[in-house]
Amino acid sequence: MTLKKHIANHVRDIPRSGIRDFFEIVQSMQDVISLGIGEPDFHTPWRIREAAIYGLERGHTGYTSNLGMPKLREHIADYVAKHFHVHYDPKTEIIVTVGVSEALDLALRALINPGDEVLYHEPCYVSYSPSVALAHGHPIAVPTRVEENFRLTAEALAAKITPQSKVLMLNFPCNPTGATQTRAELEKIARLCVEHDLVVLTDEIYSELTYDGAEHVSIAALPKMRERTVFLHGFSKAFAMTGFRVGYACAPPILTEAMMKVHQYAILCANTMAQDAAIEALESGAKDVEMMRKEYELRRNFIVRSLNDMGLETFKPLGAFYAFAKITGTGLTSREFSLQLLDQKKVACVPGPAFGASGEGFIRCSYATSLEQIKVAMERMAEFVAELKK
Amino acid sequence: MDDLILLLRRNARASSEDLAKELNTSIEAVNAHIAKLETDGVVLGYHVIVDPQKVPGSPVTAAIEVSITPERGGGFDRLAHRISRFSEVQSCFLMSGGYDLLVIVEGQTLQEVATFISEKLSTIKGVISTATRFRLKAYKENGVVLTRDPLPERLAVSP
Repeated sequence: MTLKKHIANHVRDIPRSGIRDFFEIVQSMQDVISLGIGEPDFHTPWRIREAAIYGLERGHTGYTSNLGMPKLREHIADYVAKHFHVHYDPKTEIIVTVGVSEALDLALRALINPGDEVLYHEPCYVSYSPSVALAHGHPIAVPTRVEENFRLTAEALAAKITPQSKVLMLNFPCNPTGATQTRAELEKIARLCVEHDLVVLTDEIYSELTYDGAEHVSIAALPKMRERTVFLHGFSKAFAMTGFRVGYACAPPILTEAMMKVHQYAILCANTMAQDAAIEALESGAKDVEMMRKEYELRRNFIVRSLNDMGLETFKPLGAFYAFAKITGTGLTSREFSLQLLDQKKVACVPGPAFGASGEGFIRCSYATSLEQIKVAMERMAEFVAELKK
Repeated sequence: MDDLILLLRRNARASSEDLAKELNTSIEAVNAHIAKLETDGVVLGYHVIVDPQKVPGSPVTAAIEVSITPERGGGFDRLAHRISRFSEVQSCFLMSGGYDLLVIVEGQTLQEVATFISEKLSTIKGVISTATRFRLKAYKENGVVLTRDPLPERLAVSP
């Protein structure tokens, strides 16, 4: 049989991930220093790992409530109120998910009718456009520009809004650019969302990782926004818990209930030991988070200075753990630059277009890697760039 | 804490150039800051952390619980200073609880440490008693776990 024709059209039409392509090349090589990794290099703090082990020891291995353990939801409500200044009812407005990825998928599937338009800023996390397509929506990219430090401006957004627009996805601090959003700009965007009756999905997974004292503002905390916002967060980045796969969505009861329908039939509940670990993270992880944040900040200083010194113009990001370096001065495309750098100097950076067409001319360098590795990588990259100029 | 001190505590051998990049300042500013920390006595020295199991002929270490008689006017200070000055003594702390001073002593052999305790330490006027515990194996020292965890296994490239 020709299985190919049985594959659903909307799945078939999703292109192969640029990251996956690149991953396979890197995987086949030896001694590569990778600045292509989008997860913390720190071990999960021991207290958190120990809490998961303790959960196993005491046989805490059954299903939990579909929404997640009540205690975890209470802790999440307190944490979100304290750090983001938005109050959610742990009984009806919080759902614990398998990472933010699942939460995002739930929100899209709960909201989108075929043909609805979903706006998102680009360059952006690799899953946004495919997730919209999988929910039968139309992904509409709003390009952001280095001249504006990759912030989403209300003007750029307004230009893409149509009568079919239903949802706006935000991700600040942003993967891959490290961009953050100012309160003033967010307020303008919020007014547009109210005016055009858009629902906002705000993925704030990097919110703890901001630098130079930058204030993180959640759009959910702005006037008239809580009622139309799904606040998405998780434990992967700040607590270095990527493999635990725990995230959560906070939204008004009607939306939470709708997402819950998808979640309960598709997933049932998030992993139980991981939820135990997440409780520990919220109870006692703050010190570890600050230690890691500080470390990222120092590495960011180092990598941004080094990239600029070698002639790759890089704006200083105020969040996440990525430097998005401009490579157009070398005369190469992002992909050519990344492949030649990998081939000649064994340093892996992800080509910008993996994060959407507007990423062309850039490469993403993750600094979630030890400073020792970053130092060697920067030396090799500087050699590479110098040799290109000859 | 001062960011420079934080970085030096992590790696006292870091070059001024690297420190300047991490702190987003100039090499001259880093050197001047270090010089000031040293002059002011904030930074008293730079240490190396060694896994003794990997160095042949590593010294023998003992922790000695010492009870002493406090003195009018000086309390425990004079005797504690006197004990601290012996080169065999690596560390000396005044403790709460069942004894007064915790003294960490290093020697080339078990015999050498034992001799120091019986002939020098115990005979000091004011020392009432000593209890000696020899160190058998180190697991963590100065915040460094001696058996290194393998690096987390991560995908070579991930979104």
